[in-house]
Amino acid sequence: MAYDKFTVLQDTAVPLPTQNVDTDQIIPARFLKATERVGFGDNLFRDWRYDVEGNPKKDFVLNNDTYSGKILVAGKNFGSGSSREHAVWAIYDYGFRCVVSSFFADIFKNNCLNIGVLPVTVSPEFVEKLFAAFEADPKAEIKVDLPAQSITLVSTGESESFEINDYKKQNMQNGFDDIDYLLNISDQIETFEKTR
Amino acid sequence: MEKTTLFDKVWDSHVVKSVPSGPDVFFIDKHFIHEVTSPVAFLNLEKRGIGVKYPERTIATPDHNVPTIDQDQTIKDKLSRMQVEKLRSNCEKYGIELHDLGSAHHGIVHVIGPELGVTQPGMTIVCGDSHTSTHGAFGAIAFGIGTSEVEMVLATQCIMQSKPKKMRISVEGELTKGVTSKDIILYIISKISAAGATGYFVEYAGSAIRNLSMEARMTICNMSIEMGARGGLIAPDQTTFDYLKGKQYAPEGADWDAAVAKWSELKTDEGAEFDKEYQFDAADIEPMITYGTNPGMGIKVVESIPSTEGMEGSNKKSYLKSLDYMGFAPGEPVKGKEVDYVFVGSCTNGRIEDIRSVAQFVKGKQKADNITAWIVPGSREVEKLAHEEGLVQILEEAGFKLRQPGCSACLAMNDDKIPAGKYAVSTSNRNFEGRQGPGARTMLASPLTVAAVAVTGKITDPREVF
Ligand code: SF4
Repeated sequence: MAYDKFTVLQDTAVPLPTQNVDTDQIIPARFLKATERVGFGDNLFRDWRYDVEGNPKKDFVLNNDTYSGKILVAGKNFGSGSSREHAVWAIYDYGFRCVVSSFFADIFKNNCLNIGVLPVTVSPEFVEKLFAAFEADPKAEIKVDLPAQSITLVSTGESESFEINDYKKQNMQNGFDDIDYLLNISDQIETFEKTR
Repeated sequence: MEKTTLFDKVWDSHVVKSVPSGPDVFFIDKHFIHEVTSPVAFLNLEKRGIGVKYPERTIATPDHNVPTIDQDQTIKDKLSRMQVEKLRSNCEKYGIELHDLGSAHHGIVHVIGPELGVTQPGMTIVCGDSHTSTHGAFGAIAFGIGTSEVEMVLATQCIMQSKPKKMRISVEGELTKGVTSKDIILYIISKISAAGATGYFVEYAGSAIRNLSMEARMTICNMSIEMGARGGLIAPDQTTFDYLKGKQYAPEGADWDAAVAKWSELKTDEGAEFDKEYQFDAADIEPMITYGTNPGMGIKVVESIPSTEGMEGSNKKSYLKSLDYMGFAPGEPVKGKEVDYVFVGSCTNGRIEDIRSVAQFVKGKQKADNITAWIVPGSREVEKLAHEEGLVQILEEAGFKLRQPGCSACLAMNDDKIPAGKYAVSTSNRNFEGRQGPGARTMLASPLTVAAVAVTGKITDPREVF
């Protein structure tokens, strides 16, 4: 479905240096029972965020007021495992619009782009730099510039470029999704289907 | 002529058009849906005011969230019931074939597709489930998609995909006694890591792969996603054709012969190039087990958990966090550790061959007192065969409980959960934190190893017991 347009986002960030965060951690299977896309943000990182009684775990970053913002900076191989788009819904619903990592799982990355969360892949060194910057100043800001395809640590001006294909970039900037595109070429698809 | 791979042949023949500096418009032959990842897709179709373009190309079954007891009764859990009812009403409304609870072909979507003969060589197959890669065993391009893509396929029979890179993994030689296809794939993942094939589509090749049955090939392709690959496939051959012949949706008569002729051409040309290649020797593979919280953290049952030597920074931190969750220490052996549960089932190892191998090995033995043993057939068809072949009786005499088909404790969406802190040795595919229930500690292994663990009550090398 249509989502908010993404152009330039400058904000503070939430650091999550853990590696191999799979989508079962982002949203455990038992919270996939809804038949509508509502309320997933409440269960984002559920088992890291709350204990069995439902009390917030103090040591988890989402329960730490020092950190906030629309950008999640994560350890490598983020979003592996299950294809559940619910994981990205939870991330979006919680308020994140951009996830930064040195490495994303494929399906997760596609899911992000399909619902309007920008996945930004940077070098491992740059991620480490960001983590260090947040440690020194939890309010350090990051600027993600989609048209320019660059990400900058605002305080120092250190910057890196990131890749995204033109088609997806246009979609993100305009808030379009793939179905709009596919419906527009339904004649071509129909012709193709007849040959199958 | 240009030399191409099996993957190229299937991919390229399904591209409706390529978007300049963008993805391909990729045509999907068959689409599987289940109750968990489809409701929002249907809801969005409704919001857009559009319908399902080619309903005959989609097949549905409820599997993830269904109870594995009393399937003939109303589902007790309200949310699960609503999801299954939504699936029913959506299938009814749009004319989609549904294999409902209790029907002859109900089961885990990746088990029933092949059983029905819906899955065929050269096809493109998607499903809102990452283990769709299972169907690659037939020489199909099959992979998991998100709900937005489910919506795209329902609406247009296409998705927008950039072509992945190509990897070939060859396993040559003969497997030794007690080693199964599950051990092959756990071994491969342990070597190239849980992210090692991200961005790739894998072709499995080599004599050890060719010698496997279709069931065993499915186990391998199934876990391709656990090393990050979009999917994995194996060139179709006589084993594939023999499996498909006579299946409900397989072609018949002259159509069959034409299909086999076409399918026989689906192979990688000699000299075709891959972006990456790995070669393994079957003789090096031994019974495997995982000790950590991703499927890449696997070792031979006889080995010790790796020490932290040479690790630093966030690598080391993540490693220790994982071992802490599992209650293990670096450097200690896994053999001999006490286990609480065993689970035989899932789209990885819930097929008849898996149940046969467990039954054969526990025959006349008893499960250990400390073990709760669940067997969940992948489908009604598997369940039926297990009864007919007398396997159920053998298993029940050994103290196993046979439940009804579904995903069950593979992802613990229903009531089949491993309690917090307990150890489960499981034939499923994911050992993530909480995968089998909050706090559950999962160790992945082959059905054979699981059978050995069930009998001894602790982590055991199956070769020592049988
Ligand atoms: S058995 Fe497990 S892996 Fe397979 S489809 Fe079901 S939940 Fe997914």
